[in-house]
Amino acid sequence: MPILEAVRLALTQLRVQKLKSFFTLLGVTIGVMFLIAVVSVVNGMARYVEQDFAGKFLGVNTFSLRKTPDINMGEMTEAQWKALQRRPPITAEDAYAVREALPAGARWAIQDLRWVNPTTRYVAGGPQVVAQAVTTDLFRIKDLAVQRGRLFNEQEAAIGSAVVVIGQAVAEEYFPGLDPIGRTLEMDRVPFEVIGVLEKQGSVFGLNLDRQVFGPFLSPMRRVTNARVNLYGVVVQGQNPAEQAVLQEVVRETMRRRHKLRPGQADDFALESSQSALTQWMSIKKYLVLAGVVLPAIGLVVGAIVIMNIMLVAVAERTREIGVRKSLGARRRDILAQFLAESTTLSVLGAALGVALGVGLARVVAMATPLPTGVALWSVWVSVGLGAGVGIVSGAYPASRAARLDPISALRQE
Amino acid sequence: MSAPHLDHGTEAEAPLSTTAERRAVVGTTGQTPGKEWVIVTRGLKREYDMGGEIVRALRGVDLAIRRNEYVAIMGPSGSGKSTLMNLIGCLDTPNGGEYWLNGQLVSQMSDDSLAHVRNREIGFVFQTFNLLPRSTALQNVELPLVYAGVPAAERKRRATEALEKVQLGARLTHRPNELSGGQRQRVAIARALVNDPAILLADEPTGNLDSNTSEEIMRVFENLASTGQTVVMVTHEPDIAAHARRVIVLRDGVIASDERREQFAARIQTQPAH
Ligand SMILES: Nc1ncnc2c1ncn2[C@@H]1O[C@H](COP(=O)(O)OP(=O)(O)OP(=O)(O)O)[C@@H](O)[C@H]1O
Ligand SMILES: [Mg+2]
Repeated sequence: MPILEAVRLALTQLRVQKLKSFFTLLGVTIGVMFLIAVVSVVNGMARYVEQDFAGKFLGVNTFSLRKTPDINMGEMTEAQWKALQRRPPITAEDAYAVREALPAGARWAIQDLRWVNPTTRYVAGGPQVVAQAVTTDLFRIKDLAVQRGRLFNEQEAAIGSAVVVIGQAVAEEYFPGLDPIGRTLEMDRVPFEVIGVLEKQGSVFGLNLDRQVFGPFLSPMRRVTNARVNLYGVVVQGQNPAEQAVLQEVVRETMRRRHKLRPGQADDFALESSQSALTQWMSIKKYLVLAGVVLPAIGLVVGAIVIMNIMLVAVAERTREIGVRKSLGARRRDILAQFLAESTTLSVLGAALGVALGVGLARVVAMATPLPTGVALWSVWVSVGLGAGVGIVSGAYPASRAARLDPISALRQE
Repeated sequence: MSAPHLDHGTEAEAPLSTTAERRAVVGTTGQTPGKEWVIVTRGLKREYDMGGEIVRALRGVDLAIRRNEYVAIMGPSGSGKSTLMNLIGCLDTPNGGEYWLNGQLVSQMSDDSLAHVRNREIGFVFQTFNLLPRSTALQNVELPLVYAGVPAAERKRRATEALEKVQLGARLTHRPNELSGGQRQRVAIARALVNDPAILLADEPTGNLDSNTSEEIMRVFENLASTGQTVVMVTHEPDIAAHARRVIVLRDGVIASDERREQFAARIQTQPAH
């Protein structure tokens, strides 16, 4: 029997056996929907933390040399905290020594920052912004680009021109309705000329990344950020995680030598990377992903058992029909094809519906929460595969049993 | 030994009632019988295991039916008529003996070949019609053609033709529950004939019908037989059996008698049928 015939027959059966079809559909649809939705929520959380937090905030394949770690996920005692505060500061000399020690190809930047209240002629007051004194490679390390104007160049960096590149929010809040390029932004009464506006970055953990102002490290910005006391960080980027690890050891050795630490003595500085900040998250994520797959999968298996039962009843009800068909010359594989086509059509329909609903649900979650839920393509394939597989197997098994009967035994069954 | 030579043309009407004659048809070593013998069985057995107790429904049936014959099978209830028909129709598997259909040894066929035989060689009409309840008359009649791989357009044409032959040209899109019993049985006959089978088998085709409708269905079989269709029919009614040209009586799973209609008619006038 041609496959088209089987599918046509299947569609007729589905119309006739509405209740059975509905439940099969429901089982597959719900399983697929939840699998896709849950995976995309977990994925969204992961993307949120890993890309936005780790990428935008810390940089890719990047680590920072700091006096104390900036991100602390664990608990700390009073004594531990005091010990951290007693550490020697990170100085500009440390930063340059690190640069000398790094191999060619590694990126290096000084990043110092402080929250400030800038002023302009155009508005009276406004929210605090993060003033940053940086060297030029920081823009490349953090993948920052201008939307308007330009970044400061090597020359401006070298002579310490009082120029700044500002975030979108700063532009809107301090230069409302104006083109900020060429205008003046004052911080601690030091005037800076705005030469560029950065592309929009959004926010991470409630921190608006568009409320930042970047000036050359050697410019008066350095005084604004109090760079002399302690540098916020020396940022180093490798080309890949392996190189990052090597660079991290280079920096560690350099700093230990500079701080005259003996072997066995602990580091008195922090090397903070996206990984080190993320290890804790990763340990949680494993369970989230597992739960995100296992729970809907259990749903699908339960659905499968339901479908299997419905199909068993359906096949029993239709054993007479199988007998009639066999008595008219249907081969075993014709019967099997018929039932396979039926359960496949159902399952694929259910899976398609589940994909649509799952993607929809993910959208709703994205709109209702700050999570950037992304539908993972693999979850679509896995769930469609599972859903269709469940439907097909549960349909094929009872049918293959019935198809084995002699026509007369099938006809005799009530 | 060579294939049996059976061109007793003048004896076409004569049933093979003696064991010797049956042996002549089949041959003692069981070669393929000649072409004009549509059905040949030898020692056909069917037993049912009812939880230890063996029910011997057929205890060795030797039977030979020629092309174009019109045969009625009679016998008391439980004598094995349906069992025999189901075996002849390849709907059931014998426990022993041999069965040739059109010269092919059916009892050794694979599953797929059996399906092919059911599809091409056999038209089966059941007492309970066995139509698909949710399909229309036309769809029901198309079924054998579907499994024969006939394209949709031709299928429809041939099924329509078959239904017209049984005067149901105006009922193509009716479902079985929208048809009378007689009409249902005519749909079933159209379905049985649509693929031009070598034999038409009918197990009590009028068993579920009133006497008027039975007459009407019998006329359909009569006409078919007169156009040369081989027909084997099970019936309880002597007057229905009287339409056939040969009457076989089963008793306790074996053939009790095998006579031409005239002999049978003469006998049942002097004694009850069973
Ligand atoms: N599926 C079965 N399982 C067990 N025994 C069976 C089965 N089918 C038939 N039999 C037995 O085989 C014997 C012959 O049955 P069969 O149906 O062939 O009789 P029949 O001549 O057609 O009777 P009727 O005229 O009542 O239709 C009976 O004793 C019956 O009980
Ligand atoms: Mg019977």
